[in-house]
Amino acid sequence: MSNSNNIFVKFKNMPVDGMVKTIIVATTLCFICSMVVSFAAVNLKSKQDVNKALDKQKNILQVAGKYYDGVNIQETFSSFEPLIVDIENGKFTNKFDPLIFDDKKAAQDPLLSVALKDDPASIGRRANFVTIYLLKNNDGSLDKIILPVHGYGLWSTLYGFIALENNLNDIFGLQFYQHAETPGLGAEVDNPKWKAQWKGKKLNNEKGDLMIQVAKTSKNKDYHIDALAGATLTSNGVNNLVKFWMGKSGFKKFLKNLKSGEA
Amino acid sequence: MSQTRKQLLIDPLVDNNPITLQVLGICSALAVTSSLNVAFVMSLAVIAVTGFSSLFISMLRNYIPNSIRIIVQMVIIASLVILVDQIIKAYAYEISKTLSVFVGLIITNCIVMGRAEAFAMKNTPVDSFIDGVGNGLGYGLLLMCVGVFRELFGSGSLFGITILDPVSNGGWYVPNGLLLLPPSAFFIIGFLIWGIRSWKKSQVEAREYKIQTLEVH
Repeated sequence: MSNSNNIFVKFKNMPVDGMVKTIIVATTLCFICSMVVSFAAVNLKSKQDVNKALDKQKNILQVAGKYYDGVNIQETFSSFEPLIVDIENGKFTNKFDPLIFDDKKAAQDPLLSVALKDDPASIGRRANFVTIYLLKNNDGSLDKIILPVHGYGLWSTLYGFIALENNLNDIFGLQFYQHAETPGLGAEVDNPKWKAQWKGKKLNNEKGDLMIQVAKTSKNKDYHIDALAGATLTSNGVNNLVKFWMGKSGFKKFLKNLKSGEA
Repeated sequence: MSQTRKQLLIDPLVDNNPITLQVLGICSALAVTSSLNVAFVMSLAVIAVTGFSSLFISMLRNYIPNSIRIIVQMVIIASLVILVDQIIKAYAYEISKTLSVFVGLIITNCIVMGRAEAFAMKNTPVDSFIDGVGNGLGYGLLLMCVGVFRELFGSGSLFGITILDPVSNGGWYVPNGLLLLPPSAFFIIGFLIWGIRSWKKSQVEAREYKIQTLEVH
């Protein structure tokens, strides 16, 4: 006991600005602080992951029109069937388990993604495998399909979902779950009034050409979404990303296959 | 609570407000005041960080070698900020998405560093804690004032509850888009400083120079 006391007394009597004390203080402090930080990070990790997953599920429910106040998110979400699509051949694949597949990681993995030459959505790389969600009616027929989309706006990459009706051409809704656009201007992509415009719009015309457009002036009402006032660049970003993901480098092939029953 | 401690807590609210008098912490005041919910959580985070960092730094003040004192303060502040960031992510996920990097940037908030260096290094832990909380409150108070202006006139709501029904929702109020952009906070803070200094003349700084009168030849 007296021995340990001696060490403390010795430590206390050291000159504060001496090299030994400086190093002891610095090391001890760093050690204690890193313990505190890692303790918090490890202990709160599971809670944060649950939050993230819940947030994503909530957004999928919202885009499919299944969300209302007080809904049990996890229970309702279990009626959605996650599936992985191979973008290149436009078919479902069972190479990965959709429950643990990480879309954002896949988009960065050189083995699972391609670098884009023609890149209107400014996303750099596009994953070859993407998780989509099917919502089925009680009789097993398709009700809605939810496709993930993302692309660059003005300040940030917007991540969201598009829900399509079972004819795979009519839009049911569009919803972004992560972005950092200007509040009040670009962030009006979250405005329920603006989002409501998407309902009932069509992706392609009868010939199968991609017609959907976010623009200031309307050429054809069926395919036109009014751009956001004061947020030209965010609107352009949304326009580009929707066109990209619904186009040839995106889900077009898959949707065609799904329609003809070949997916 | 003794008189001096009460002073420590109340002084930074108006008389010695870190933003309006010392003009510190402006950067984050611009960034997080476009909605009150966000400003409120940010204020709580800063109050917690200034309070506890002052407390811990004051407890260690006799052991901190002078040559590395700034680094020691930074390590303590940074650890607390990460702690706060993790807690917000775990318990207020929606808001943590809007606050994004700004919680992390509390580390570089001059108010926290300023209180550690100017007060906590020379005073007892309890006094330092109260001083830190007081300064955090002063910061928070100003954030809320700016936030009320910006959210009410920029989006027509307070704490996300619609007060002035905006045109985009079919109402009558045309929101002022400028108020949602960071520069508007500069104007509001400027007006607040003007207001406070007209009310409390003692805050007016002495002139450092005098404009020469023009001599007419």
